[in-house]
Amino acid sequence: MPSESTGQSEPSSGGTSPSVSGPERTTDGQVDDTHHWWRIIGFWVVMSAIADPLFYYLAGPHIPPGTMSNVAQGAQFDFNILIVAALPVMLAVWIYMGYAIVNWRASRNGPEPIGGPRARSNIPIQTTWIVFTTALVLFLFGFGTYELVQPGGAGGGQGPSPIWTPASHDVLPIQVIGQQWKWTYRYPTFGGFETTQLVVPDHTAIAFHVTSLDVVHDFWVYQLGVKADANPGQDDVAFATPQQLGTFVVRCDELCGLWHGAMYNYGSVLRSAKFESWAEATEKRLAENTKFLPAFAWTYTPDANGADGGYYPDNVDPYSTVETYGATQPGEPLPSTKTTKN
Amino acid sequence: MPKVGRLAVTIALLVAVAGGLAFAVATLTSQPEAAVYTATPGRPVEVTMQTVGSYGHGIHDTWVSYLTRSQGSEWLHTTVWQVPAHTRVDVTIYQYDSGSPLRNQQIGMVQGTIGDLATLNGKSFRVINANVGNGVAHTFSIPSLGINVPLYGNNPNANLCAAAPCTTASPHNIIKFSFMSPGPGSYPWQCFVPCGLGFLYGNGGPMQTVGWMDGFMKVAA
Repeated sequence: MPSESTGQSEPSSGGTSPSVSGPERTTDGQVDDTHHWWRIIGFWVVMSAIADPLFYYLAGPHIPPGTMSNVAQGAQFDFNILIVAALPVMLAVWIYMGYAIVNWRASRNGPEPIGGPRARSNIPIQTTWIVFTTALVLFLFGFGTYELVQPGGAGGGQGPSPIWTPASHDVLPIQVIGQQWKWTYRYPTFGGFETTQLVVPDHTAIAFHVTSLDVVHDFWVYQLGVKADANPGQDDVAFATPQQLGTFVVRCDELCGLWHGAMYNYGSVLRSAKFESWAEATEKRLAENTKFLPAFAWTYTPDANGADGGYYPDNVDPYSTVETYGATQPGEPLPSTKTTKN
Repeated sequence: MPKVGRLAVTIALLVAVAGGLAFAVATLTSQPEAAVYTATPGRPVEVTMQTVGSYGHGIHDTWVSYLTRSQGSEWLHTTVWQVPAHTRVDVTIYQYDSGSPLRNQQIGMVQGTIGDLATLNGKSFRVINANVGNGVAHTFSIPSLGINVPLYGNNPNANLCAAAPCTTASPHNIIKFSFMSPGPGSYPWQCFVPCGLGFLYGNGGPMQTVGWMDGFMKVAA
C-alpha cells in the first residue's frame, strides 16, 4: 500500500519495523527474516527478570519513608510494588528505543526514513500495548485502593472520619496542635498536659488527633509515615504504630506564614516503659501549668474578635464571646485510662 | 506601530518587569539593622528589649512592636540582634503593653531558660495564669531552643505608653531571664501571643513581619 505521507510504495529506510506477522522486505528488496519482535521481547523479559528482584531486594529496603512504623512500612511496600510494576514498562520503552536506534536508524545516504510500514497502524502491537497497560493500570488502581483502606495501609492522614481504626483497644491518643509557628502535643491520658516534645512508645498504636489554633498547617512525621492536615475546628486522625526506636522529624507541610520554614521539631520513639516514665515525669513537671489549661477537647473554637484568646474558656476575657472551647466531641467517650502496653 | 516603537515598548516592559522583580526580592530579603552584642570574657552578654502596644511612628504607627537597645544604650527599632556563641545571655525586657488571656495557656509557662525561671519585677516566677489579673501581653520565644517566656501585661486602664521608645515613666513590667547561647547560626524568635490587633485572629501585620514581633538571634562564632 502506498504511504499517504510520502507516496512511496516501499519502506524508505534501511530496515523494517518489528513485525509480528512475518518477514518483510528491506529497501534494497532483501527479505528481512530477523525476528525483531521476539528479540525485543526476549531481551525485555530477561532484563525485567533481573531488574525487578534487584530493585526489590537491594534498593527496596532503603526506599523512603523507611520502616519506623507500620504505616511507614506500608508506604514503603507500596512504593516498591509501584516501582516493580513500573520498571518493566520503563525497560520496554528504553529497550525498544535502543533497539530501534541501532537497527532502524537512517543511513547517511539512504532514503528519507518517513512513511513505510512503520507509518501504518499495527493492530496486534497496538492491541497488545493497550491491553497490557490497561491491565497494569487497573491492577495498580485496585492495589492502591486496597492499600489505602486496609488496616495499617499507606493512608497517611486518615482524616476526620477514619475508614479503619486499629484493632487494638490499647491505643494511645496524642493531640497535635498546630499554631503559628510551632507544634504542641497534649496527652489526654496523662492528665492532659501540653508540651512541645513529641515522645511516643514503641509497638503501641498511636492515634494522632491533629488540629490547629489558627491557620491551616500540616502535620508531617516523615519517618513514621504520618501526614495529616491541621485545620482549625477539625479533628484529623492518623494512626501509626512505631516499631523502631529512634528520633524523627516533625515538619509543617502547609505554607502557613512567616516562620513556616522554621516550624519543625524532633520527636522520639522510646521503649514503652521509658515512655511511661517520661510521660509521668512530664505530667508532674508541667502540672503547675496544666491546671490552667482547659479540659481536653478534640477541637477548639476560634474567635476572631481580637488579638487574644477565645479558644479556651476565659470568663474574664473582655473581647471573647466564646465561653467554652470544645466544638466537636466524638461519639466515643474520651479515653480516661493510661496506655498499659508494655 | 512602527518597528522602532514596538521595540521601545518591549524594552520598557522588560525593564519594568525586571525592576519590579528586583524591588520584590530586595524588599522580601531585607532585614532591619542588627544590634550587635559583644562579650567581655567571663561575663554574660546583656540584651535589653522593650515591647510597646503601638509603635507610634510611620505608616504602621498602630502596630505592636519589640524594640532592642544597643550596647550604646540607643533604642533601635529592630528585632535582629547578634550574640556570641556558647555565652550566657542575660535578657531584660521592659514590657509596656496590656495583657489578656492566652489563646493557648501552654505558652504561659517559662521554659528553656536557666533554671526554667524568669523574674517579674524582681520576683521569680515559672507560670503566669493568663486568665486572672492583667493576663499575658506577649512572649519571648525561640522555638528551636525550647525557650519561652511569657510577659505579664499591664493594666489596660492605665495610661499606657503609645509611642516608642517608651520610658520607665510609663506603666511597665520588667521581666528578666537568662539562657546559654547555642553554636553559631541564625535562630528565629517570635511572640506567640497573636497580638496583631485588627488582623484576622490577630496573626497578621506585626506578627508576620521581622522587625516587629518576629526576629532573628544571630549567634556569631
